[in-house]
Amino acid sequence: MKKYQMELVVKEIYFLSDGLLHMVLEPENGEMPAMSPGQFVEVGVEKSKTLLNRPFSIYNRNDNQLELLVKDLGAASSALREYHHGDKLRVIGPLGKGFFTDKRKPLLIGGGVGIAPLLYLARIYKELGVEATIIFGNRTAPSAEIVDRLSKVAKVEICTDDGSMGFHGLVTDHPLFCHGAFDIVQCCGPLPMMKGVAAKSRKEALPCEVSLENKMACGLGACLCCVEPTETGNRCVCTDGPVFNINELKW
Amino acid sequence: MVDLGVRLGDLWLKNPVLTASGTFGHGTEYSDFIDLERLGGFIVKGTTLLPREGNPYPRMIETPSGMLNAVGLQNKGIEYFCEHIYPALSGLDTEVIVNVCGSSVEDYVAVAERLECLDEIHAIELNISCPNVKEGCMAFGRSAEGAAAVTAAVRKAWSGHLMVKLSPNVADIAEIARAVEAVGADSVSLINTLLGMSIDVERRRPSLPNITGGLSGPAVRPIAVRMVYDVFKAINIPIVGLGGIACTRDALEFIMAGARAIEIGTANFVDPEITVKIIDGLNEFCQNHGVSNINELVGCAH
Repeated sequence: MKKYQMELVVKEIYFLSDGLLHMVLEPENGEMPAMSPGQFVEVGVEKSKTLLNRPFSIYNRNDNQLELLVKDLGAASSALREYHHGDKLRVIGPLGKGFFTDKRKPLLIGGGVGIAPLLYLARIYKELGVEATIIFGNRTAPSAEIVDRLSKVAKVEICTDDGSMGFHGLVTDHPLFCHGAFDIVQCCGPLPMMKGVAAKSRKEALPCEVSLENKMACGLGACLCCVEPTETGNRCVCTDGPVFNINELKW
Repeated sequence: MVDLGVRLGDLWLKNPVLTASGTFGHGTEYSDFIDLERLGGFIVKGTTLLPREGNPYPRMIETPSGMLNAVGLQNKGIEYFCEHIYPALSGLDTEVIVNVCGSSVEDYVAVAERLECLDEIHAIELNISCPNVKEGCMAFGRSAEGAAAVTAAVRKAWSGHLMVKLSPNVADIAEIARAVEAVGADSVSLINTLLGMSIDVERRRPSLPNITGGLSGPAVRPIAVRMVYDVFKAINIPIVGLGGIACTRDALEFIMAGARAIEIGTANFVDPEITVKIIDGLNEFCQNHGVSNINELVGCAH
């Protein structure tokens, strides 16, 4: 898939109830390039004092829009809060290798902001005539807007650590994970959660894909900073991933 | 019409813009963004005799106006390069320069001998300055004797253009430059990264498992410009300048300090089109300042 460096205009930018920043970006002219679910973009945050671009999952993409979901994790993501309607952002993408979409009964598991690529994945499944099931894990009740959007494209189950919504407990203990008849698990979230999901999938003999977010510089496979040890040696998360089948990893 | 062509001894470049090894992969990683043939040339990832897995993750941490990396020369070795990468690059109308690294003099020589068989590789950059590997490499580049020993041995095995990449982690870089010039280097490139370190105060441990890393990016630029300026006074062979170049004016600083060509490194990570923007920028600067040949600017600050 051809990669582009684009200047996109901020069309909408607002906070969700759980503190995540939702951004809708549009090209000034022309169409948004094709992008697969699980791929990512690098964003140049010129308003921050940082040097390198920052990678973000594709939350949603259509012919003239790209949506991102941003958690404030440091100087660059925090500086994204300073952008307003009409501001421009330099965006490089689509980058990396996304999720497979050839299964009929997928279970998607997202944790926190890791839900971002799963909305786009579920939407693509729906367009393919497949209804995905999503287990969405959070510390506390997630934003109603995210849950609404997920519900439009998939069957959604919520898990919370504090029991404030849905199943009180970890995604790996959710009854659906234990008893649902799925043919793949596709996961994005914090590393300990993904490792738990990977272990559980192995136990249930389910194929499992996880989306990694190793710290990267170029996003293009040139600098070799973001490597993950795999069965075939160190591989770049930015080009060989970010989505890996767990059997490729040393997990 | 501005003439941007420059000559590094016997190596002619259509313009002075090269890419720094380790920041540009094997070129193809950038071909969606730029026409590789617009470059004066590009320097591919450091290549060793045998494959190397490099250092453990994490390998990079961003620092103010720069980054520390400890990649550790991960590469698939010279045979893989010859069989799989070289064929994909051959026929390109630009200079493909191979950065050569090793842990012993014999390793360097063996890689150079293998490259001697490849018709379209006209130049190598001898890496005696990578700070992220335990053996060899920067150990050679830290003394005039070590630098001269590797350079002299490779000079016998390699008939093409021999560029030697110098380390800034030395007391007197001009002395090292003179030493490699004396044993047959055709040009020197400088600077490689500066040895640096960062500590994660929450974990109370070094941020990188390698403990130290190589600092690059705009933070190192004034140091690099000063070193190019000093080396220009010390040697007669051409200088390739690098270190934190992020825009046309940065490139011009190096050229005016004495660099015949320049390499763009970390800036490729920020803007994958920066190389061609700087080529266009150099052209525009020359036009606006009545410079018909960019060589007029080389060393003009002296």
